[in-house]
Amino acid sequence: MSSPDPTPPPAGAPAPAPAPVAAGERRFSLGALVRHRLFWPLVALVVLLVASVVKSPQFLQVTVLDGHLFGGPVDILRRSAVLLLVALGMTLVIATRGIDLSVGAVMAIAGAVALTQIAASPSPDSVTTVTTAILSALVVCLVIGVFNGFMVSVVGIQPIVATLVIMTAGRGIAMLITGGQITTVNSGPYKTLASGFWLGLPVAALIAAFFFAVTAFVTRRTALGVLIESVGINPTASRLAGVRARTIIWIVYVLCALFAGIAGILQSSNIMAADSNNAGLFIELDAILAVVIGGTSLAGGKFSLTGTLVGVLVITTLTLSITILGIPVSAVSLFKALVVIAVCLLQSPVVRHKMRARRRAQAAVPVEVAA
Amino acid sequence: MLSRSLRSRILVTATAVAALGLAACSSGGGTTPGSSGTAGGGGGGGDTITVGFSQVGAESGWRAANTKSIQESLTKENGFDLKFSDAQQKQENQIQAIRSYIAQGVDYIAFSPVVETGWDAVLEEAKQANIPVILTDRAVDVADETLYQTFIGSDFVEEGRRIGQWVSENLGTEPINVVELQGTTGSAPAIDRKAGFEEATKDNPNVKVVASQTGDFTRDGGKKVMEGFLQSNPDIDVVYAHNDDMGLGAIEAIEAAGKKPGEDIKIVTIDGVKDGMTALAEGKINYIVECNPLLGPDLADIIKTLDSGGTVERRIVTEDGAFDQEQAKEALPDRQY
Repeated sequence: MSSPDPTPPPAGAPAPAPAPVAAGERRFSLGALVRHRLFWPLVALVVLLVASVVKSPQFLQVTVLDGHLFGGPVDILRRSAVLLLVALGMTLVIATRGIDLSVGAVMAIAGAVALTQIAASPSPDSVTTVTTAILSALVVCLVIGVFNGFMVSVVGIQPIVATLVIMTAGRGIAMLITGGQITTVNSGPYKTLASGFWLGLPVAALIAAFFFAVTAFVTRRTALGVLIESVGINPTASRLAGVRARTIIWIVYVLCALFAGIAGILQSSNIMAADSNNAGLFIELDAILAVVIGGTSLAGGKFSLTGTLVGVLVITTLTLSITILGIPVSAVSLFKALVVIAVCLLQSPVVRHKMRARRRAQAAVPVEVAA
Repeated sequence: MLSRSLRSRILVTATAVAALGLAACSSGGGTTPGSSGTAGGGGGGGDTITVGFSQVGAESGWRAANTKSIQESLTKENGFDLKFSDAQQKQENQIQAIRSYIAQGVDYIAFSPVVETGWDAVLEEAKQANIPVILTDRAVDVADETLYQTFIGSDFVEEGRRIGQWVSENLGTEPINVVELQGTTGSAPAIDRKAGFEEATKDNPNVKVVASQTGDFTRDGGKKVMEGFLQSNPDIDVVYAHNDDMGLGAIEAIEAAGKKPGEDIKIVTIDGVKDGMTALAEGKINYIVECNPLLGPDLADIIKTLDSGGTVERRIVTEDGAFDQEQAKEALPDRQY
């Protein structure tokens, strides 16, 4: 799906060779693998998983429970859904050299709109009620996305400031909708979204996977992806080249708000309550982090959806492994920060260049070096 | 040094947001329209007592009930003129509100401090203006204890202790594994409720806390942490959640794991908000120690006592109830929150 990427997807074999070196074929391909943008995030993921398994051997066990799969990996997939949706929109926005801080507030609003309607309805278990509630929530998110896009692309306000408006005001709006309370509902169909299973797999993960696949297809099999990247690299030049930069920017903010809205619905379905104060709190930071870990530059331009997926998995696994490893409460933030900084450092071009230089120097000495 | 520079920074911020804060006051208050003009100049002479109250915000059902109780107790009929403002969880808004109460010359100032520190300067101003200050629900950390008259609120340690006693007596007759969902790291309720539980269960070797992690007082946090606990600890008998919301999140996680909350895994929580009491009545939670939000009547009594020249205790602990499943079924129809 990432054909314009200079680097191959992480799952694939370490393929195209840059400058060939005198080293042997096997050793060379290992080097290419290590140099791959997603190598260190994937290593972090594996290390976290292995650590969790060592601490709790049944962690990776997947069993069938009540006709669906149950276990650590299933939890990670289900938990990743919300962040993946938010990060998906964020990737596109960042690719246009923008940023969207309002996603957490949009999540709160989506949950508030949907649950207030379901709570007020006489038949919360009817599929029609739930569908109407979800659609109206998404319409509200659409409006917010149009507003954000308008502020950035037409009015020309800096993205970080433009989206700060909804980030600040959004939770207030959500509180107005819920009347300052945590709205709780009992609705079978709504609960299915986050807690249900289809073909043995969590519905939430399937929803996120669906939107991931559609976004990947649309951006990589049509011109949209290239247009987004061109706008991110140089909006003026791309406009002069005939790209409607304004429309493209507008579209990505609308998509970002819509994805955040879907994430908000999944999140509220997960707890069956609209918690305006806490729904999606600080998720914008996690989403940006996932995008960055995935190798998309905050300076805009090239983006990698696969990279974002890996970033999301790293963050979700990190959160889950904190509980499993039994990290003391007071050390949680530090632990997270250490993992993140380690991944970012290993990815940084400067550090990698230094390491490569060191490896070359050591290669002169006939000593086996650990990778 | 540090605290002084921090304080001055807060002052600057407070001044900067003055206009905003005033707007928030007038929109958030709105309880006594028209009365401010009469009380403003004279410092509330005559029979009515003017009270300025700065609430933390409207972050939970508990807080909403707390606000309602205060607004319904400090009424005109009871001889009060209440000026109410909502700080929206921001200290600068609270400082701004308290300043405006001092400027208006109210008779008493009451507030629930959003955080513990950073209050010395503004409370000193209140003291110099001879306005007594009463703390509700949460305490402050100030160098000079005479800056406030009294602190009324629940004893969080006692709440944890009561949960611990109940668990120890009713469930701790055989070896049990307890997991703990802590509140926001570093917050007074989280620290105290943990300490109280530990104290009450330390003499019972059957009660073993196998894991403890923060769920940030939210449902999502409670569910997330509980999912991890269920993966890493196969034999969990009891969940102790520092508030109802995290307990409700844990219920969702336990159900997703194919177990029955309240039976396979027992749940004990603190707060007693409506959703929690409902779950208790449904048998999904086993025991709730209430954290009473209805501070209004007690606050009214304290102010009346002080106003008639009496003295009050420095620390007044509110009466908290406790409910098991049967009591919850009886109490639920009459609950105010």
